[in-house]
Amino acid sequence: MSEVIVVTSGKGGVGKTTTTANVGTGLAMLNKKVVLIDTDIGLRNLDVVMGLENRIVYNLVDVVEGNCRAKQALIKDKRYPNLFLLPSAQTRDKTAVSPEQMKKLTEELKDEFDYIILDCPAGIEQGFKNAIAGADRALIVTTPEVSAIRDADRIIGLLEAEEMKRSDLIVNRIRMDMVSRGDMMSIDDVVDILSINLIGAVPDDENVVISTNQGEPLVGDDSLAGQAYMNICRRIIGEEVPLLDLSGKSNIWQKIASIFKKN
Amino acid sequence: MGLFDMFKKKNSSEVAKDRLKLLLVSDRANCSPEIMEMIKNDIINVISKYMVIDAEGLDIQITQTESENNNGFVPALFANIPILDLKNSMQEKK
Repeated sequence: MSEVIVVTSGKGGVGKTTTTANVGTGLAMLNKKVVLIDTDIGLRNLDVVMGLENRIVYNLVDVVEGNCRAKQALIKDKRYPNLFLLPSAQTRDKTAVSPEQMKKLTEELKDEFDYIILDCPAGIEQGFKNAIAGADRALIVTTPEVSAIRDADRIIGLLEAEEMKRSDLIVNRIRMDMVSRGDMMSIDDVVDILSINLIGAVPDDENVVISTNQGEPLVGDDSLAGQAYMNICRRIIGEEVPLLDLSGKSNIWQKIASIFKKN
Repeated sequence: MGLFDMFKKKNSSEVAKDRLKLLLVSDRANCSPEIMEMIKNDIINVISKYMVIDAEGLDIQITQTESENNNGFVPALFANIPILDLKNSMQEKK
């Protein structure tokens, strides 16, 4: 059964696009057929994070307006043949698409794909309404900051009002060193305040910046963020995966074990 | 942890948590600033009938308070109304 997942946050710059790219790529690595849709019309970004910016011919607005068929606009990923991107239009604005049109498009893509992942724009206006229209479930991305959590709470309220079937939380950019010295809210604090199900936490990892520079999502590599994203993907497909230790410090026994592993 | 840490004020994550909890109560109450202003003006009008209050210093906000029925925290309207003179209207009636 296919699922339409919207990645949303309310506040900008918390990692929606990075999350979309990594979750989408991770699901493709788990042998699912996946399409990513960038719904941020006018400010497209998912194409660059995926490293597919040079291959764009048609975009979301072209598909919706009937200038081309959905299949023609889909860009095949560089690394995974079962992963596709439907880029957004750069020269139009959010009013170019309506929630009804998005619903129709996602329904159409459900025949072909296991997961349709929508990268939602920041804010709660038309772009947000477009992105959530056809979604079965939502991934709400937040960081452990007052402003991001406040916006996430507002988004959760709006999603409830729209009767979203399922909403899960991703706490992004957590820094365990700051948490342990009491200068950052912990994952538990954030979950406690927002009281929705946690589907994963991603550490503030410089490898994320490096991967974005290169246009290659890091999901599944051995960096902490890469592992965290892969765990989120496994939980999305229904596996039970324990929460990753994000402290980045291994104890003496793990260190000894890793010495033997390398040889 | 050193001996002096005991005297230190709350760390910033606790400050953030407390601020957020209050903020979300008023956000979730869905009370617009305009409505709050109207409530405030009505309170000033009512109380002013009986005493002289400092309307400038009046502060109302929606916060949360521990429920007496022991089911956790409930939203509460908190009003801080500085009284300038208690006797006012009573004396006028005499």
